[in-house]
Amino acid sequence: MNAILENPKSPAFKQNAKEALANQNIQDAMAMQAKWRQNRSNATESVPEFEDLRDAARDVKNHVLGNLAGYLEAYEAQVIASGGHVHWAETAEDARRIVLEICQSVDAKVVNKGKTMISEECGINDHLAAHGIKPVETDLGEYIIQLRGEMPSHIIAPAVHVTVPEVEADFRKAHTHLPEDRNLDDTATLMAEARQVLREKYFEAQVGITGANMLIAETGQSVIVTNEGNGDLSQSLPKVHIVMASLEKIVPTLEDASTILRVLARSATGQEMSVYTTFSSGPRREVDPDGPEQYHVVLLDNGRTNMLGTEFQEMLRCIRCGACMNHCPVYQSVGGHAYGWVYPGPMGSVLTPSLIGVDQAGHLPNASTFCGRCEAVCPMRIPLPKMMRHWREREFERNLSPTAVRFGLGAWKHIASRPWLYRRVASLSNFGIKLLGWGKQRLSWMPFGSGWTDHRDFPVPPIGGTFQRQWKAHKDRN
Amino acid sequence: MTSTPRIALMVTCLVDMIRPSVGFASVKLLEDAGCMVEVPEQTCCGQPNYNSGDREGAAVLARRMISALKGYDYVVVPSGSCAATVIKDYPQILADSADEEDAKELASRTHEIVSFLTDVLKVEQVTSAFPAHATYHDSCSGLRSLGVQAQPRKLLNSVDGLNLTEMHEADVCCGFGGTFCVKYPEISNKMVGNKPDRIAETGAELVLAGDLGCLMNMGGKLSREGKPIQARHVVEVLAGDTATPAIGEEQ
Repeated sequence: MNAILENPKSPAFKQNAKEALANQNIQDAMAMQAKWRQNRSNATESVPEFEDLRDAARDVKNHVLGNLAGYLEAYEAQVIASGGHVHWAETAEDARRIVLEICQSVDAKVVNKGKTMISEECGINDHLAAHGIKPVETDLGEYIIQLRGEMPSHIIAPAVHVTVPEVEADFRKAHTHLPEDRNLDDTATLMAEARQVLREKYFEAQVGITGANMLIAETGQSVIVTNEGNGDLSQSLPKVHIVMASLEKIVPTLEDASTILRVLARSATGQEMSVYTTFSSGPRREVDPDGPEQYHVVLLDNGRTNMLGTEFQEMLRCIRCGACMNHCPVYQSVGGHAYGWVYPGPMGSVLTPSLIGVDQAGHLPNASTFCGRCEAVCPMRIPLPKMMRHWREREFERNLSPTAVRFGLGAWKHIASRPWLYRRVASLSNFGIKLLGWGKQRLSWMPFGSGWTDHRDFPVPPIGGTFQRQWKAHKDRN
Repeated sequence: MTSTPRIALMVTCLVDMIRPSVGFASVKLLEDAGCMVEVPEQTCCGQPNYNSGDREGAAVLARRMISALKGYDYVVVPSGSCAATVIKDYPQILADSADEEDAKELASRTHEIVSFLTDVLKVEQVTSAFPAHATYHDSCSGLRSLGVQAQPRKLLNSVDGLNLTEMHEADVCCGFGGTFCVKYPEISNKMVGNKPDRIAETGAELVLAGDLGCLMNMGGKLSREGKPIQARHVVEVLAGDTATPAIGEEQ
């Protein structure tokens, strides 16, 4: 199984972040994302009713989460009625087993894949490879990171951390059947080469795996949105189509799906719609000229139903647009791999502790300034900072917070709940900083304050005591 | 309510300890606008505890603040962040407790200072002078929790001699984040490290904001990088306080 799934690197977040900050390629790649924010801003501002659409999209998912079992059963019945199969996977291990069994049942040697984060969460590629089945990622970004043996660093742009020269080197190493002197120095030639190489693979695969942006209960359809068309080829050419989706992807009706589509691409890439929006309705019918012979849906829980009825339920509204990470100054500083598991950025900081435990992923919800930009752009109005704070509360309750932090908070509560003591401590701090300054107006070093002074100066307060002390003196004079 | 509103200034710990001039500038602005200002004895709003997961500790400090601020027509805060703690968080912190109603009542009469001047007192302009070329940074809580964005710009534009130029990404977090800046110093440094260039690009010699934490962070970075750009709280400029040296500057 994938090493990171087995041993999440989230506990090493601080070290990961340090390395990412020192990695110029990651820093350059992150700087490129400014245009995404601009695109989103343009796309949302051009729709006068965008804020109403966000409300409507939120309400759709809230309704689903309140009636999840009913909609899942309705969805399953529709899939069966159209000749497909639904497989319930309680855990990632169940999902791996189910997918492998389906692949083995048709003696698959090659499996083509559209982009699916659920497959990443379950470690499908490594599991198939370990059983002699070759998984081929067909999304350009996923293909690049598959060549590099990496995890996605962004949920919709998995290779956003990779620079063009790095991709060129990866392609030269992997595509040894192509002429060595070919030109590969820009994105267009790289894309053309990936397209050429991947085209051949489409006809080799016996099984195609895709994710699903939505599952529609009313019709039993699964929906994917892509910009490359690779998902369509992956799912329609092979004999077997497997959809991997987590169970909160359900929406009641086609109408609801259309509401969510209106906010999805605008929030993600700033497009009105992605280039391809594809509805899959099951296996090929007799009248259909093409399509898969078998249609399987693997519905993954993997801890999500445990979030229902808790303060983390709202996280299940997430439609994986990536707007939160595109706008997160922490994600933009350290990139996605620093988060150390499958889902990075603000949505990952809330979801990861739910799925692998806050004891493993405690850094993630702590590494936020609560600036609130993620919540401000989330199309589903998920209160991400509030839920990160809930994780900090769980940590605190379970004594998982660092001892120094617990001691500091306890001391501060003790001081600030006693005005006489606060007064003394405030005056002492005011005086102590001046003393440390020794006539200077800035400190470049403070005891226990190197986290601050390693990087910036600390200001020395002007002459006079604390404000409250000066105010009292001023009042006493008058 | 009497015709002269009786105001409690919630001064905030940082202003109390590090930058008393912000408190005095706040008092001047409120008195100029016809208010009677008092400073009831107070400590910390509890935000460090609340944001660190210590809900109980935060509740203790919230209750103390609620009792300190009882009976005033309004509570005014020279910090979007601490104001948001009272306005948005206290009702959550004390939800389902005997103090929930008191928390909501305090929240309903608490305001960040600049938006209080413009939105409640309907102040259209200030009468002060502050000759400088400045740029304004939107502190996160004030901006996104309380909607403070147009108000400071409106009043700053009425300051005699002040030239205001917008910086790129003025609404992006500076990386202070309370305890964040010491818990994750390298990431915080990266975030604040983006700011000096953004500020310098405007040609301004002064960066303003409505929260002292952000100002200490950006000001400290500017001085560490040797940039000749000063940092001040927005109320100091609105009150025309040219006498107090800028944050971390010579007396």
